[in-house]
Amino acid sequence: MRYAETGFNLEIDLSRGNIERVETDPRDTELYLGGLGTNAKILWDRVPPEVDPFSPDNLLIFATGLLCGTPATGCNRTIVSTISPQTLLMAFSMMGGFWAPELKYAGYDKVIIRGKSPDLVYLWINNDKVEIRDASHLQGKGAIKTAELIQEELKEPKAQVASIGLAGENRVYMASIEQGRSSASRLGIGAVMGDKGLKAIAVRGTKDINIARPAEFIELCNEVLQYIKVREEKPIPGVMPILAGLGSPQEMKVHDEKWHTENFMWGNARTRRRDFWNKEVAEKWTETLENSRTRLISCYNCPMKCGATLSMPGLPTYMMKCFSKLTYTMAAYSDLDFGFRIAQRATEYGVDGFSTPQVMAFAIELYENGILTDDDMSGMPSDNEGRFYWLLDRIVRREGIGDVLANGTYWAAKEIGKGAEAYAHNNIKKHEQLPLKLSMLNPVYFLMYATGEKINITQIEGQFPQAPFATMEERENFVKDWIQVPDEKFKQYLLDWEFRGENSNPYYPTVQMSCDIVDWQETMHYIDDALGMCAGLSSFPLKPPYHIHNYPKFISSGAGIDMDEAKLWKAAKRYRTLVRANNIRRGMRRKDEKPPENHWKKRFPDLEKKLLDTYYEFKGWNTQGIPTKESLNELGLDYVFEDFEKRGVYSDNGDTPSKETSEEKEKK
Amino acid sequence: MKGNKEKKIIKTIKIDADKCNGCRACEVICSAFHSEPKYSGNNPARSRIRVIRDPLRDIYIPVYAGEYTPAECMGRDKYVIDGKEYDECAFCRASCPSRDIFKEPDSGLPLKCDMCESDPDLEEPLCVQWCLNDALIYEEREEEAEEEEAQEELEIGLEALADKFGLDKIMDTVARMSVKE
Repeated sequence: MRYAETGFNLEIDLSRGNIERVETDPRDTELYLGGLGTNAKILWDRVPPEVDPFSPDNLLIFATGLLCGTPATGCNRTIVSTISPQTLLMAFSMMGGFWAPELKYAGYDKVIIRGKSPDLVYLWINNDKVEIRDASHLQGKGAIKTAELIQEELKEPKAQVASIGLAGENRVYMASIEQGRSSASRLGIGAVMGDKGLKAIAVRGTKDINIARPAEFIELCNEVLQYIKVREEKPIPGVMPILAGLGSPQEMKVHDEKWHTENFMWGNARTRRRDFWNKEVAEKWTETLENSRTRLISCYNCPMKCGATLSMPGLPTYMMKCFSKLTYTMAAYSDLDFGFRIAQRATEYGVDGFSTPQVMAFAIELYENGILTDDDMSGMPSDNEGRFYWLLDRIVRREGIGDVLANGTYWAAKEIGKGAEAYAHNNIKKHEQLPLKLSMLNPVYFLMYATGEKINITQIEGQFPQAPFATMEERENFVKDWIQVPDEKFKQYLLDWEFRGENSNPYYPTVQMSCDIVDWQETMHYIDDALGMCAGLSSFPLKPPYHIHNYPKFISSGAGIDMDEAKLWKAAKRYRTLVRANNIRRGMRRKDEKPPENHWKKRFPDLEKKLLDTYYEFKGWNTQGIPTKESLNELGLDYVFEDFEKRGVYSDNGDTPSKETSEEKEKK
Repeated sequence: MKGNKEKKIIKTIKIDADKCNGCRACEVICSAFHSEPKYSGNNPARSRIRVIRDPLRDIYIPVYAGEYTPAECMGRDKYVIDGKEYDECAFCRASCPSRDIFKEPDSGLPLKCDMCESDPDLEEPLCVQWCLNDALIYEEREEEAEEEEAQEELEIGLEALADKFGLDKIMDTVARMSVKE
């Protein structure tokens, strides 16, 4: 018997309309755990670098994490993996919600989609009954609306539906996959779904998930639940409120947005407004949130309330979480009322709430600087908010300038030319970043930004405080019950970290310490992404309930796989390396691994070089960031080395120009 | 068949639907506890508590499985509370032919909440323990009640038949059957 996992994947070929239930190899679970880990392996095995994002041979994998569907609190993430049309690298966006557990109960660990359907279809998975169904009547329908219509026509209100909106259908590079209160938004995976002609996947499952050693497992679950209770009653002092507790940043709960509005950039990641937050703004925004928010809500099996149902007067109800609250508002220099209204339309269209506002602000900037002209923007209203609605509609429909902008700032700037590239200034690996511009280089963040392959800082950072504590007393207090550290040395790193002087940024944490810290942060995220655990209860917050010391026990007693800390760390390293191998094979090199030029005002080229050199070596990668023969061998990834050799990867320093997607080629 | 006055513990779960965040942890732990062996599996479809939820309409009602009923209701009622229209069966606890909740997914046999009856007794039913948002609050109170003798299975069955066909007809049938034998 298989425990925690079902042991079966669904293989769907949309070109042929073929559906297969395939048993998986339990040895792969031991080596790559599940979720992101086994996704990386499947993409490595089946999607060579010659395959374009919009090729029928590209796979779109909807995976549950290894522990999804078990009673482990907060373990509900769906990990969607494919090749991104925007970055041309491996994408692994994730979503919480209710979809992954439902798929497990239906009897599957993953749904692997290949091919392309000639007509728009949706997939209906009802336990053993799986159908590809006509979706022509859903064409152009909003993502949330689609889910509702599907539940109605199936007469199955308990079905969980992941769907795309118009943006995905039109292969917009920032198209998301929406699912109730959650979405897998980053890197354009909704565009791949649309390219495959797949409007939605509806799932209903009523089967059991088995646990290997029940008494032990439930004891661990109870401990975690108890810890959450205690931890929520004791917010961490001395850090900003959204980092004091557990969960995603509690944006739907808080009214005080002084920190975000005065520290994050407005417009096209441009302007810091230091005295923005005042009593009048606070009152108005509080009113907006209070009047529209009907309830704080959670994902499956989680006591947190990171999301909310929002009903703006006159608009259909939708759901939101985290920082999407402010992205549209701040991109348009507007207010919360506007932000919530346009986000409703954007959610139905199914677009990424981080990239989309930035792309629109980028277009406005180009227009204001004469690079985009009245001809390009013909029909655009003159009022500020109206322009954003107009741009959103153009982008999602790929009409006129919207067709260019729909590819994101990197590709749009290339196509527009005339100096537009300088305005696409906030990208890493061709992908729009959070609008943060800071003063002093932080060595830990430098490494995370540079080498992160999730390409989104919030999905890499966590565990270690973002800034030093002012007094020794605070530091000592913090480390006192810091049980999550993988090694006692991390406590000393924090104790010695100062705001000023020798032991402050950028030279402290030292290069070696920075490597240790980044490795810890990243490893915890990668473990979460294989288990299906929400980062909000694990890798993201300070002092989370899940950590390297209790995770092996969860895996051993839950999945029946013999696991200890060292073995788990190594497994995470193995599939983390495999993610990199997929990207290296697609041409990613050292030159791609850099934060935006203007991310920090004070930069230190020598230090940055040393950081990257040391980190690469620490990770077992060569100076180009390519995993070495020795490190691959140690991880049992000799097959990667063989492939690298065959392809001449080691002699390629990445000077070959970036490839374009098939769609780009079609246009020319 | 009047018994003596007895003190009886009434176990209740107060449901504060306003506090429900819709996470369904109650369903998870209920189905895990009632699996055999305990916690060896879980499956919300087997849970004896279900959250009736419709997020876009802000409807979240945890409902506990009550008695099995062999027939659908004659006529139904709809509730509108605070402007929200609730499904006609939303508040009903019965395991009933009109809907699929509170039935074993394989056999269709009815499920019923037993307040996590176990030996030794749990402090509180597990759904309550796992609801950190206090949407489910366990309360006990003492009531004086007249002790009733437990009905035998046969008696329950006969009573149901008598309800359906009338006692006279049953007696006739029994008489006829005993003659045949």
